Amino acid sequence: MNPAATASQTLGPFFNYALPLDGDLTGGGKAGGTPVTLTGQVTDVNARPVRDALVEIWQANAAGRYRHPLDTDGSRPLDPHFTGCGRTLTDADGRYRFTTVKPGAVPFKGNRWQAPHILLAVFGAGLMRRMTTRVYFPGETMNGTDPILALVPEARRQLLVGAVRGDTLVFDIRLRGTDETPFFGN
Amino acid sequence: MPEYAPYADGPQPPVNTPRYFRTTQLAPAEAMIETPLTLSELTGPVFGVADDTDLTGNGNAIGQLMVIRGQVRDEDARPQPGVLVEIWQANAGGKYRHPVDGRDAPLDPHFVGSGRCLTDAEGRYRFLTIKPGAYPVPNSGNWWRPPHIHFSLHGRSFMSRLVTQLYFPGDPLNADDGIFNAVPDADARERLIARPCAAAGIDGHALGFTFDIVLRGRNQTPTDVA
Repeated sequence: MNPAATASQTLGPFFNYALPLDGDLTGGGKAGGTPVTLTGQVTDVNARPVRDALVEIWQANAAGRYRHPLDTDGSRPLDPHFTGCGRTLTDADGRYRFTTVKPGAVPFKGNRWQAPHILLAVFGAGLMRRMTTRVYFPGETMNGTDPILALVPEARRQLLVGAVRGDTLVFDIRLRGTDETPFFGN
Repeated sequence: MPEYAPYADGPQPPVNTPRYFRTTQLAPAEAMIETPLTLSELTGPVFGVADDTDLTGNGNAIGQLMVIRGQVRDEDARPQPGVLVEIWQANAGGKYRHPVDGRDAPLDPHFVGSGRCLTDAEGRYRFLTIKPGAYPVPNSGNWWRPPHIHFSLHGRSFMSRLVTQLYFPGDPLNADDGIFNAVPDADARERLIARPCAAAGIDGHALGFTFDIVLRGRNQTPTDVA
């Protein structure tokens, strides 16, 4: 008989001395591609900031390649300076910040492609499981054909697209309430 | 390509857990969006070296010394090597080494309170620590969290990421804990409880417990996944 997956439990409030944080995915700016500062505020049902939430991201490099054994397509080359993962903590104002690069497009099944995107997960006290979502880039023509965005109700789709201010991509995470961020069930 | 069974309320806690008061302010109200898994979710961070498994300052921490060890497997029972396992916990007096823990309880200078390692080729991990104390949840009507150890695991993909807590057998506080009991299925709760295991301990020095963990993921091969 197959074993069942272990149950998730809340991260709780007291983790951050235990989990080394690194919000820089670029090896100190050495990674290739367009630099992006991804930042935003995590808020609750009353639009109040959520401090000490753990935010994790996972993304492909500028060529659209994941640093992982399952992604074997050498036509999208690895970047020795780009890890693809980061984690950080929200500050007293609920804000998080990552230093990264804009990911390339990533393959989907049937010779289709996903628009550039970053997977993002939020953990925290009061959340019994992690909340996962995707950050997309504004003004991308590929957003219109992205197979995952297409599954988000049209009225909420724009909530997954960040706002560009200079080299900063602003993506606020509204956990509950007005303009609630769409989260994925997987 | 691996395949992942859906996150199931029952063996897993639901998004909304009213007994854990903050979920009513934080847990999304809208339905989760169901999507197929893509290369993005089927990949995930790969970690290098991590070897920091003694939380006790060479056995000098105050409290009941114990070894926690276990095996990390997937839902096909295959051992998972190279998993980053990170743990953190309160000291024997129920106090965390954390500025937000404002309770008037003593810190133990010898107790680090956190550890991390990678699982070995058989998916095994091992930590030397002390049994944590219970502590009260502020503004909760004197709800005390039972002794527990927090676990964070990064498996082979974004999907096999797990944050959970280990509990101890026979603790009377388990029955009233709003977080432990947020898991609806009794069997799934039981799997969050460590098992006493003399052979896991250190003779004449430390108790032994085992705590095996199963990450999401099966080794099935759907034909049409990018």
